[in-house]
Amino acid sequence: MIRAERLTRTFGARRAVDGVSVELAAGDCLALFGPNGAGKTTLLRMFGGLLKPTGGTASIDGVALPGGPEVRAKVGVLSHHTLLYDALSARENVEFAARLYGVPNVRAAADLALQRMGASEYANAPVRRLSRGMQQRVSIARAMVHRPGVILADEPFTGLDASGAAALASLFAELRDSGATLVIVTHNLEEALSLCTHAAIMRNGQVVRYDTAPIPDSAAYTALYKEMAVDA
Amino acid sequence: MPNRPPGIGRAALMIARKDLLIELRSRSAIFSALAFSVLALAVFFFAWDPTAVGSGDLASGVIWVIFTFSGMLGLHRSFGGEQPTRTIDALIAAPVAGEAVFLGKGLANLVFVAMVQIVTLPAAALLYNVPLVPVALPLAGVVLAAAIGLVAIGTLFSAMAVNTRLAELLLPLLSLPFFVPIVICASQATAKLMAGRPVSDAADYLRLLVVFDAVAVVLSTLVYPSLIEQ
Repeated sequence: MIRAERLTRTFGARRAVDGVSVELAAGDCLALFGPNGAGKTTLLRMFGGLLKPTGGTASIDGVALPGGPEVRAKVGVLSHHTLLYDALSARENVEFAARLYGVPNVRAAADLALQRMGASEYANAPVRRLSRGMQQRVSIARAMVHRPGVILADEPFTGLDASGAAALASLFAELRDSGATLVIVTHNLEEALSLCTHAAIMRNGQVVRYDTAPIPDSAAYTALYKEMAVDA
Repeated sequence: MPNRPPGIGRAALMIARKDLLIELRSRSAIFSALAFSVLALAVFFFAWDPTAVGSGDLASGVIWVIFTFSGMLGLHRSFGGEQPTRTIDALIAAPVAGEAVFLGKGLANLVFVAMVQIVTLPAAALLYNVPLVPVALPLAGVVLAAAIGLVAIGTLFSAMAVNTRLAELLLPLLSLPFFVPIVICASQATAKLMAGRPVSDAADYLRLLVVFDAVAVVLSTLVYPSLIEQ
């Protein structure tokens, strides 16, 4: 469960995230939309313990963030960077993550995660030789190998082809249905709206619209988004 | 079976193993460091006037200048290698203590520096005609003790400098003043051992190095986690 109350992060005089309050239970999926610089990634990085809030509070399962190893063990972070070592193979990258998270059967867990993302056939290839889309699949396998209870995904559909996007959407749906909490930052409204139980539009660090199920359909929400985030 | 994240020691070993595997695959830093070491040895050798300075006196200084600057190449790569795809974020987000990341990086750097030393030391002994075998054990102690101190300080400053635009310039600027006491002790102890003096003559310098190591390792390990909090 994720809870944030008036969460704020400033960089000098700039308020990147300005008093955001969110409450998500197990099985909830929040899609965060907004133009570039709206504060989505900063909010996600605070949830992931990568940035300290400068105001307000946030917690995961009742533990105040940034928290310690016990909180981080429950979280899977998918960044718009691949977070992969170019010189290591896809499997070595995923196995390294599995070891850091203390996954019991590292080899089997890594193989399963790569298989779920359709990346088994190039598991032994060095990451530097893979296309951006292939790297994204491996990156997702890396983030999910420990079966996290909280998933923080920043532009997860970037670089994926249709089959990759479908595999990711199915994985997210499965995790959500098994009780994981997801926060997805994306510009892909259609894909995210099909998954999410909550949707928010951010602008200038603030949440300017927040919806819970039932969320307006994709066409209606796109019009809303255009009105609130793009044209405003 | 539930996940059981590793403790500090195991996590540090995992990170060190990963760093060394990457270096083994790319060999970029180690080749640069070895090339620098061999070239520097040759330059110092051909500039040396044997009638003015004794070989033992010069060899010790040459060795420690080379160790200090060749080590810098590996130290920069330590955190610099985590930047292009922000893999450092994955390490910070993982359920391992910040101290484990620092110790893992430090351990990998220590192996890197030791590899350079293993090649450079016999080469220097050969060129300057100083006997290594009779003093091999105490000399290994001095070299290891100094390497631990250099690596502890260098790894910390590598983490500090990596997020700046002038990381490659900043790392030596920050590190070198702190390297001075280590290099003085190490070169003095090395000179005495290479001159055939009794080990007891170098013992005080070795003790100083051990004390400096303890302080550097403990302080750097404790300070590192506060550096990664953004």
